[in-house]
Amino acid sequence: MKPVLEISGVSKSFTMHLQGGVSLPVMADVTFDVRAGECVAIVGPSGAGKSSVLKMIYGSYGCDSGRIVVTHGGEITDLVQAPPRQILALRRETIGYVSQFLRAVPRVPALDVVAEPLVALGAAREEARDRAAAMLTRLNVPQRLFGLPPATFSGGEQQRVNIARGLLPDYALLLLDEPTASLDAKNRAVVVDLINARKRGGAAIIAIVHDEDVRDAIADRIVDAAHFSAAA
Amino acid sequence: MTDDAPLLSVRGVTKWYGRRLGCRDVGFDLYPGEVIAIVGESGSGKSTLLRLLTRQADIDAGTVSYRMRDGSLRDLSALTDAERAVLRRTDWGFVHQDASFGLRMSVSAGGNIGERLMSAGARHYGDIRAEAARWLARVEIDQARIDDTPDTFSGGMRQRLQIACSLVTGPRLIFMDEPTGGLDVSVQARILDLLRGLVVDLGLSALIVTHDLGVARLLSHRIMVMKAGEVIESGLTDRVLDDPREPYTQLLVSSILPA
Ligand SMILES: Nc1ncnc2c1ncn2[C@@H]1O[C@H](COP(=O)(O)OP(=O)(O)OP(=O)(O)O)[C@@H](O)[C@H]1O
Ligand SMILES: [Mg+2]
Repeated sequence: MKPVLEISGVSKSFTMHLQGGVSLPVMADVTFDVRAGECVAIVGPSGAGKSSVLKMIYGSYGCDSGRIVVTHGGEITDLVQAPPRQILALRRETIGYVSQFLRAVPRVPALDVVAEPLVALGAAREEARDRAAAMLTRLNVPQRLFGLPPATFSGGEQQRVNIARGLLPDYALLLLDEPTASLDAKNRAVVVDLINARKRGGAAIIAIVHDEDVRDAIADRIVDAAHFSAAA
Repeated sequence: MTDDAPLLSVRGVTKWYGRRLGCRDVGFDLYPGEVIAIVGESGSGKSTLLRLLTRQADIDAGTVSYRMRDGSLRDLSALTDAERAVLRRTDWGFVHQDASFGLRMSVSAGGNIGERLMSAGARHYGDIRAEAARWLARVEIDQARIDDTPDTFSGGMRQRLQIACSLVTGPRLIFMDEPTGGLDVSVQARILDLLRGLVVDLGLSALIVTHDLGVARLLSHRIMVMKAGEVIESGLTDRVLDDPREPYTQLLVSSILPA
């Protein structure tokens, strides 16, 4: 079966026009793929470009060259070429992203932050909220926080809201940027269970994880960002 | 946002004011359920473009086509004045920065909503008043204020009333020009929340002119950056804001204060 994600020959640099047009190469010739039911861990030093790769897959960053091909439900899309509407459709239906830092819409309560992607997929709001509440409870987020916007939450609480939001829908491709970085051991274990459940459900997963125990518990393969980092 | 035919299709729109450029060669498609933000500093041609698209002013070159309710795509220039007036009264909504452009300030709130309904064909007084009350509630204006005139309203309430007036006819496309400009930050925030909810719930398409990138991030799917009358960069909202390419866009993005 064709991999869910195939990245080939992707390179990326930032041109900083406000700094005299200096060009900052970030990565060159990134090539790897991820199959259904498989978790690939990206490792490498800070600044190597790990988060940038995930943002390029999610479409938040552009690419200078190469292909990022997502295959899902018989549809094959090159994200490097795809128009915005197509990227938005993939985000709604196919790709989940747990970013390193939660950027929630201000003033939206945590419960709705988590329920929103399900609603976008067509679930009734009440049902989506029930499922969101169950997920947050599983991640030990106290119920008194459900009705509050996450902006004032602790780092670990925000991270769990973020994880709940990304892992609740059945996305075929999951991008996880340090999902356990601010969690205690108990919650780390919950997240590892959730990720492994999604793997068994057939999701293709890319995770940036520094914690070796977590990595050993979820990853099937390792991709070292130092190999494609232009800074190396 | 699954509909495949654009609602509004714009090609090569150009406008000169004498020797001064209004805008040049602007083209894009707006799809059902899609929100596009037009950003850029004052004088970059954003509001001009909005006036051209809604045909409040004539264009020198290019075409603006609109998908009518029967599914046909019509060049706005080929419509009669009467047909264009019907679009403006029913199928399109407008939210202006200056509420006095969108409202009659000495007519009651209920009357403002009612006039828009009547111009769209409603006749039954009781129905109109009930509908007006329902929309006031929906935009979170106390229904007890239905007989008060907007000149007695706060800036935030006036914007809410404009929003109610434009949505009461069930439009498919909303044009907004700095809808929260000049309001206190906390008032702005509540209006943006309201707009975000309404746009999603009603599946509206919208074009929103703003110089506030935070507003664009919150409300839009796509951004077009205008400078000196031209669109210099466009794309997915988070792509344009997080990985801006053009020097001017980088300058705009770097000028936002961190939240
Ligand atoms: N939008 C941007 N504009 C300019 N430079 C950027 C941008 N995003 C990332 N970079 C640069 O690209 C490089 C890679 O950053 P990235 O965040 O991908 O690293 P990382 O491997 O995830 O690091 P960490 O482990 O610290 O999270 C860094 O030098 C960073 O400064
Ligand atoms: Mg990172």
